[in-house]
Amino acid sequence: MVMHSELNPPTEPGSPLADQTQVGAPSAENVESAKVKMRARDVSVYYGNKKAIDEVSVDVFSEYVTAFIGPSGCGKSTFLRALNRMNDTIPSARVEGTIELDGEDIYSSGMDVVQLRARVGMVFQKPNPFPKSIYDNVAYGPKIHGLAEGKTELDAIVEKSLTRAGLWEEVKDRLQDSGTALSGGQQQRLCIARAIAVDPEVILMDEPCSALDPIATARIEELIDDLRGRYAIVIVTHSMQQAARVSQRTAFFHLGHLVEYGHTSDIFTNPKQQRTQDYITGRYG
Amino acid sequence: MSPVLPLLLALGLGLAGWLVARARAWSFKRAAPDGRLAALPSYHAWYAALWIAVPLLAFFVVWDFVCSQLIVAHVLASPEAQSLPASGLLRDTILNEAYGLATGDVQRAMNDQSNALAVPFREAISRYNLFGILIGLAIAAAGATWAFLRLKPDFAARTKVERLVLLALLLASMVAILTTLGIFLTLVFETVRFFGMVSPIDFLFGTQWNPDPMSNATNPDGDRYGAIPLFWGTLFIGAIIAMIVAIPLGLMSAIYLTQYANPKVRSWVKPALEILAGVPTVVYGYFAALTIAPFIRDLATSLGASNPSSESALAAGLVMGVMIIPFVSSMADDSIAAVPQAMRDGSLAMGATTNETISRVLVPAALPGIVGGVMLAISRAIGETMIVVMAASTAANLSANPLDSMTTVTVQIVSLLTGEGSFDHPATLAAFALGFVLFLVTLALNFIALRVVKRFREAYE
Repeated sequence: MVMHSELNPPTEPGSPLADQTQVGAPSAENVESAKVKMRARDVSVYYGNKKAIDEVSVDVFSEYVTAFIGPSGCGKSTFLRALNRMNDTIPSARVEGTIELDGEDIYSSGMDVVQLRARVGMVFQKPNPFPKSIYDNVAYGPKIHGLAEGKTELDAIVEKSLTRAGLWEEVKDRLQDSGTALSGGQQQRLCIARAIAVDPEVILMDEPCSALDPIATARIEELIDDLRGRYAIVIVTHSMQQAARVSQRTAFFHLGHLVEYGHTSDIFTNPKQQRTQDYITGRYG
Repeated sequence: MSPVLPLLLALGLGLAGWLVARARAWSFKRAAPDGRLAALPSYHAWYAALWIAVPLLAFFVVWDFVCSQLIVAHVLASPEAQSLPASGLLRDTILNEAYGLATGDVQRAMNDQSNALAVPFREAISRYNLFGILIGLAIAAAGATWAFLRLKPDFAARTKVERLVLLALLLASMVAILTTLGIFLTLVFETVRFFGMVSPIDFLFGTQWNPDPMSNATNPDGDRYGAIPLFWGTLFIGAIIAMIVAIPLGLMSAIYLTQYANPKVRSWVKPALEILAGVPTVVYGYFAALTIAPFIRDLATSLGASNPSSESALAAGLVMGVMIIPFVSSMADDSIAAVPQAMRDGSLAMGATTNETISRVLVPAALPGIVGGVMLAISRAIGETMIVVMAASTAANLSANPLDSMTTVTVQIVSLLTGEGSFDHPATLAAFALGFVLFLVTLALNFIALRVVKRFREAYE
């Protein structure tokens, strides 16, 4: 697979990428700060013989929130799960193309999937705390990766993660209560705390607010904004308002193709593609 | 009276009623201005047929009891009965024999008097059978009249028929419950009788089990009825040795099947495990007695044990453990599979290996279900009879050595009830007390297990 040093995806006539906009190019004001964290090139994902994702090329930047939008079944979640190899758990799934994390191919034989997932964390659509105490939920990752040497160190990691996830004040007096006893929004923040406890570099969020009410959603969005400075965040969302509110880069997927990728402000105010325009104005999807 | 005649009568009259009522319903339908009835003609037909057949059959069930009383009363009033002995065994024998002669069940009488009595018996039987049939016909006619008076175009026959069907379903479901209740009452009744002879304290806490069916029944020796060795043997074989085999093997096979096996392997192994559950326990029993027990004895001898028993608790427990594997494995399989995929994904996405995910997330989450399964398996194991009857001995030893011969509650129940003691001897009644204790223990285990499993199900729904 060819390594592309420039951010622009290759454009070939006739391919779905041909009419794609110049994507990912940082705008003038943040050329300096934009650092590519993950680079996907010509990624196709198959389920058996069915092609779910067709040659998608996207860059994920450090300290940015990248949103994937598009109608249901467009492949945005499938693509997200390719970024930390969660598709490996589906026997029929197959990935082609390259996905690099800091220049290292994550699908190469040298990449340990355990290490990869420690570096690329994930938050799911439905809050899925383990049926353990709040403390044990957060301590789970540090324990399996051996990040803490003793109890005090582990306590510190748990407190730091819960604080970053904005949950510490609410649960500090009941760390031994079951994680499943929290409200939906708290559970989702617990899952975020669990993900950041292993100190990942990228956090993937698969529709993290779709099971939450508007108030809990607002809290998660605030949290995403707070976390942005530390991690590269990728969020899949059905809500275009959410993408517009929290992200700096937006990728629009349709029927397994990447239609358009660029600055969130450009995508929402000045889309280059008719299909993006139609989707954003609610003509379909 | 033979039951064939009433059955044929009910069937024939019911069918006649069915046909007539259906024809009548069709004529209603043709006559009705819009061609509609409140119920389909077949429901009219069933309504009439049921009103004829059900009271008829109910009458004959009652009549069967009443009739025999009336026949005996008639015979005793006859002049031939005057010479009968006033009471006692002979009187009953003669009456039974005469009745047998009258119905043709007995060809030749042992007592001369029976032959004489057979005549009034024959007379009475034919008279009361005729009575019975006449009354039955009258009842059927009454039922038919009632039904036909009510059948009109706007009569809701369907709801009436459905109500009766519902009642029949309810009765069917009550059979199992009433049977359980009956078993329970039998046990309680016999147990109380036993505790009237042997003190419950001696029974529950004594350490010597050696009932003698030939001893004096009126003054039993309480020291011979200490059931502790039996309870211990049952626990040791069924709940300890069998579970040491069944829990790890069952759990591991469940983990393999749900987490690692590819669908093809799973589709072969799971049915194979279920076949294991379907093997009759007698077959396990001779496997234990003929193969495992001698093997263990030889092994013990080669390891230096002097004179090991050929019937060891270990042999029975091991085979019972193998028998229980499918129970543990299928319950564990179900509860691990019931842990939401989101838990598995959540753990894997943290960078946990499959192994860590299973041991730290899936098994703890499925634990209540697994515990429930194990408790059901224990309750099954301690109630198991055939394996221990064949592979364990009948000697009640209070020992912690698995190579010793031991006996269990179920084995003792079998040997006490198949022994030669009479049914009012404490040695026989002890079987009921043992059965009662076993019943209570397994009932409690099942109850707790079902509660645990239910609570677990609620947690994920």
